[in-house]
Amino acid sequence: MRSFRDKLHEWGLTLPSFLWLMCFFVIPTVIVVSIAFHSASPGGGIAAGFTLETWRGISNPNYPVIVWRTIWISAVTTAACVVLSLPCAYAIARMSVKWRAVVAGLIMLPFWTSFIVRVFAWRTLLNPEGFIQQLLISIGLAAENTTLNYNSGAILVVSIYSFLPFAIMPIYTAAEKFDFSLLEAARDLGARSFYAFCRIFMPGIKRGIVSAVLMVFIPAIGSYVIPDLVGGTDSELIGNKIYQRTFPDRNLPHASALATVTGISVLLPLACVAWWLKRQDEREAKRLAEATARKLSGGAA
Amino acid sequence: MSEESGSDFLVFDRVTKRFGALTAVNDVSLSVKKGEFFSLLGPSGCGKTTLLRMLGGFERPDSGRIYLEGRDITDLPPNQRRVHTVFQNYALFPTMTIWDNIAFSLKLAKKPKGEIDEMVDSILEMIQMSDQAWKYPSQLSGGQKQRVAIARALVDRPQVLLLDEPLAALDLKLRQHMLLELDTIHDQVGITFIYVTHDQGEAMSLSDRIAVINRGRVEQLDGPAKIYEAPQSRFVASFIGDTNFLTGEIVSIDGDYCRIEVEGFPCVSAFNDKNLQVGQRVDLSVRPEKIRVTLNPPLPEKGAGINVFPSKVKDIVYQGVYTKYWLKSGNLQISALKPHSRFLLDQEPITWNDDVFVWWHPDDGYMVEEGAET
Repeated sequence: MRSFRDKLHEWGLTLPSFLWLMCFFVIPTVIVVSIAFHSASPGGGIAAGFTLETWRGISNPNYPVIVWRTIWISAVTTAACVVLSLPCAYAIARMSVKWRAVVAGLIMLPFWTSFIVRVFAWRTLLNPEGFIQQLLISIGLAAENTTLNYNSGAILVVSIYSFLPFAIMPIYTAAEKFDFSLLEAARDLGARSFYAFCRIFMPGIKRGIVSAVLMVFIPAIGSYVIPDLVGGTDSELIGNKIYQRTFPDRNLPHASALATVTGISVLLPLACVAWWLKRQDEREAKRLAEATARKLSGGAA
Repeated sequence: MSEESGSDFLVFDRVTKRFGALTAVNDVSLSVKKGEFFSLLGPSGCGKTTLLRMLGGFERPDSGRIYLEGRDITDLPPNQRRVHTVFQNYALFPTMTIWDNIAFSLKLAKKPKGEIDEMVDSILEMIQMSDQAWKYPSQLSGGQKQRVAIARALVDRPQVLLLDEPLAALDLKLRQHMLLELDTIHDQVGITFIYVTHDQGEAMSLSDRIAVINRGRVEQLDGPAKIYEAPQSRFVASFIGDTNFLTGEIVSIDGDYCRIEVEGFPCVSAFNDKNLQVGQRVDLSVRPEKIRVTLNPPLPEKGAGINVFPSKVKDIVYQGVYTKYWLKSGNLQISALKPHSRFLLDQEPITWNDDVFVWWHPDDGYMVEEGAET
């Protein structure tokens, strides 16, 4: 039995973060969603009165294409970032403590420059006169008239570049705590290095990989600076649309409705994955319990 | 080093390994017999673990070769030698059940499912953990983890099993229990065990032969009794068990025995098994349990030529099984052990500052040439 004092104590500790989440997450979300049920006023504000007009308005045939493009670009970006981060984080975690600090610092270094400036730099790099294209042409990998800029490929490259540190850091943090003697044990028992990496190292840092996926996927879904600067007219993402509706068009209800749709289209698959993982865990636990029971009854017989 | 027949199962041939300026293993040659329980014993940092890691394939020697059943395995990666290690921290895979941990090497060897089941089940039975197979390592006690680590390394019957201080993380009681268990397992499976430890008690009670390692070199390679009774160097004598050192010069030789003049101590006689000459300087090692402490000198029929010296009792430490005496004889500190039983008790109990006699038979001292310590 817990006393009233204990409960009070628990509430006292939880209250600050609870209030913070209420003020800066729950209430704004509710406001955004509720704006979608009003109509826009001519002055760019929100008109009074409840309406479903906005929702009819967003059934624009372009949107599903844009939402789909947003999701696949984000998914590929996330996958690429994780795949690139794994060997990188592994290598850093195996360095001496001194070098770890140096390399981790180098990875964080780009954050000292403005994000927009860095994306602009990519625009220069991918320019037809830029050295990347010249190099590709000289080794015969690209034709003279190729454009590297202003398409989904450019968005992908720049997104991977931008979000890579967000994937390396959580994976590296997990790898740093990993017991590398387990890899030696696996090698000792006959595993090749790559097999040991996949079967022992990766499951061992699962939590780091999960946070890396979230850290990359969530901002990638909402990104609009990258597609705006290096994407073309046929490679808009949902972030660009929300931006257009909010600022040039001053149609806040429309923007809110789009944001709500985006949010749901991200949360729904994530919820499915979480549910599936949980069911896997439960099945595994049940399987183990049954196997143990079978063993015990077999031993008794 | 003795070269006996059938001892070329596992051979270190002039192996040297350096880490920067440090020579961890210095020109070591030794051979292990098939099925032997072989220990590498030495203080921490003596190079014994490096020897083990070279055998496992985790380090490569700078020079020298390692042969296993006549095959040169020096440059083979760990996964290509049938040599498995029981790691000091067990290194069980935390994301796998006990069953999967043990089946790991069998699955890698692509054995048929039925065979894997059979092998894992039988080894689980051997370590008496059949009912724990579906637990995860974090749910086991230290002793259980230890047993799983051994089972995992033994299940596909390697040519050699390496054990790197496997009992260091266990408490005393469990350690003693696991010692017996290890001995039983070794008898059951008949696989060659190489056991690395700094604990002379573990090495003595388990091993067929022990290599005492100091500063990257083998100081002595012998059976446990020989290592204890006939240490080849001052280091071996002092590292294995307690001993008293009497340092002096041989002044006369009388048949099988010689007399040694020890500074600050009367003349001592010792068995001269090494045929040392007059004038040679030696360290005489006398184990505490070989020294008797009595209030009266021994009766003459105990034997002529016995070493008897008057001493003063400085300290007495009661230890249950025996009592330890610290005595002063001349300039020297002598320690002696006396087991407890009515039969051995003196008429009068010995106490602090008593004048007593210490005595031992010349055969009970063992001479080590001075300078034999490297």
